[in-house]
Amino acid sequence: MTEAAKAPTLAKFASPVDRFHLELEPLKEAGVKLAGIYCVFAPVELVRAAGAVSVGLCGKKQGPIPDAERVLPANLCPLIKSSYGYAATGTCPYFNATDFILAETTCDGKKKMFELMDRIKPVHMMRLPTDKSPEAQALWLAEMRRLAAFLAQHTGKAVTDEALRREIALQNRIRRALLDVAAFMSEARPPISSLDLMGICESRTFVLDQEAYLNDLLALGRELEELRAKGSSPYKAGAPRILVTGTPVGRGSEKVLRLLEDAGAVVVVLENCTGLKGVVGLVDENAEPMEALAKRYLDTPCSCMSPNTGRFTLIDDLTRQYRPTGVVDLVWQACHTYSVESFDLGRHVTDDLGLPFLKIETDYTESDVEQLRTRIEAFLELQAL
Amino acid sequence: MDIRGEMAGTSTAGIDIGSRSIELVVMRGDEVVHAAKAPTTFDPVGQCRALLGDVCAARVVATGYGRKLFVEAFDKQPALGRVTDITEIQAYALGASHLFPQARTILDIGGQDSKVITLSPQGRVLRFEMNDRCAAGTGKFLEIMALSLQVPLEDFGAFAMSGDTRIPINSMCTVFAESEATSLMARGEKAQNIALGIHLAIMQRIHSMLRRAGQDGPLVFAGGVARNPCAVELLRELTGAQCLVPQDPDLAGALGACLLARKLLENDND
Ligand code: SF4
Ligand code: SF4
Repeated sequence: MTEAAKAPTLAKFASPVDRFHLELEPLKEAGVKLAGIYCVFAPVELVRAAGAVSVGLCGKKQGPIPDAERVLPANLCPLIKSSYGYAATGTCPYFNATDFILAETTCDGKKKMFELMDRIKPVHMMRLPTDKSPEAQALWLAEMRRLAAFLAQHTGKAVTDEALRREIALQNRIRRALLDVAAFMSEARPPISSLDLMGICESRTFVLDQEAYLNDLLALGRELEELRAKGSSPYKAGAPRILVTGTPVGRGSEKVLRLLEDAGAVVVVLENCTGLKGVVGLVDENAEPMEALAKRYLDTPCSCMSPNTGRFTLIDDLTRQYRPTGVVDLVWQACHTYSVESFDLGRHVTDDLGLPFLKIETDYTESDVEQLRTRIEAFLELQAL
Repeated sequence: MDIRGEMAGTSTAGIDIGSRSIELVVMRGDEVVHAAKAPTTFDPVGQCRALLGDVCAARVVATGYGRKLFVEAFDKQPALGRVTDITEIQAYALGASHLFPQARTILDIGGQDSKVITLSPQGRVLRFEMNDRCAAGTGKFLEIMALSLQVPLEDFGAFAMSGDTRIPINSMCTVFAESEATSLMARGEKAQNIALGIHLAIMQRIHSMLRRAGQDGPLVFAGGVARNPCAVELLRELTGAQCLVPQDPDLAGALGACLLARKLLENDND
């Protein structure tokens, strides 16, 4: 990577905690409730239509893990341990500010952890089905309605169709704007670095004023267009282009992305749920809003779904758009669903897409950085020869 | 042997800085003129300096975990010309396919990690699998077990081959396997049989890694553990493949690095 001009609006996404506190204060004074969310299955439109706001809490740092391990087994996904550790130690300003937690029955580790978290802060658990059969759709729709009732109880504000439609339209606009920004990575020399882009995607769950977030995205898009026209990019031409898929990644757990970029690659797209998985797919604005919302969220191609063919389709689409030269599947240690799915995915990527594939299983510590560096460099050498 | 002075112009060197040992290969033209080995210790740069002695080379390629460190310390030193690096995957692929052009799979079991590399008929790396987080399935496992059975590591393979019964060691983890061996000893099991069971456990692990990587065709077995006759024998038995063991199995990486250095030198001179 080389030093290149940065889009000025990037600064707005740089320190999400400060921005969060600034935005939170007036809302708290007005009695607005704050919901903590951990997963892209959480329907933020519904939260906002009920007059509450939401903040993403998913743990991305190693810091609180030793404390979490006093309760949770060490052999558990670091994301779950980190999330719980922050809650249990009271060291996450976001968690501390929440009034209640929205959870889903996604993977086993997470749902059992939520049972423990419920003792720290009230957890509302949505029963997420694992497929898209008519019965599953009906259950998920009922769960949406149950969530609406739960929210109304806390906010004193029933969810109206009108409010829901308004929030759906806003989130759809945000999704489109975010996809437009991400699309700059399909350039041969993108005008933005992938770590900056990761931060922008991640900020979506931290920014309470979602209209302001949308406007920032639109401004950023215009700035990036100018940089693109000038040919300004932090990357050299001809670098290997990597699609990263698998488990969530964010500030604090981005070591694999950093190693890839240190080794001279461009991470052109993050397919995972902290990247585009949670952004693609709009809610149908012409259908009955609650049903449309339920359908869109159940379509999320997470490995907790069985079968999860949507993930392969998404990777195919992203491959066409972003033209990666290799695929890295990042699996947090002890994440069974992603780890098992990696086998079929590897076959699909090598046989059907004809791209080299690397599965990396690791945790949040730095202990294996040098080993990973060797693997990653060897993987990139394959693409250079 | 003169590897100094005016010959530097045609000499190349490859150095493999592993976590346990450092290997050096020097070539003049197509011929290996010098090879040496030293333990890595806590001062890898110092050990490299001692190993290099007064070797002169026009191009040097470093590989192994210490490759970056080496480039930093030795690039632009008057005696060495340009120093670059490659990963040990490429180095082993180059080295092993030079020694055995028919090779399609390379297995390297080193002191701290093990890897499998599959090659195309043209010797290009197709895929690789690495075990680099766990001591079971590496030379470390044998080292710990030899120590606990009080057999010198060099003799451990032959010792195991004198066993008469194969006892399954079930623990996947080095620490637990050690306690499993202890409890077998307490039950009066012959040390030779336990040693054999230990070799079998590691080679079975290696075998499943080979299968994951899609092992095919003649197999080159390199790295320090390839010196162990019991490991070689069991590998033949488990894979049913032709196993080719280089004369100096731990030099394959340094040789590959040196071959690349030679190629780079040719390009420089073109
Ligand atoms: S990986 Fe799946 S379950 Fe985990 S946070 Fe993402 S969408 Fe939710
Ligand atoms: S990474 Fe895997 S194990 Fe961890 S929370 Fe997500 S689905 Fe569960």
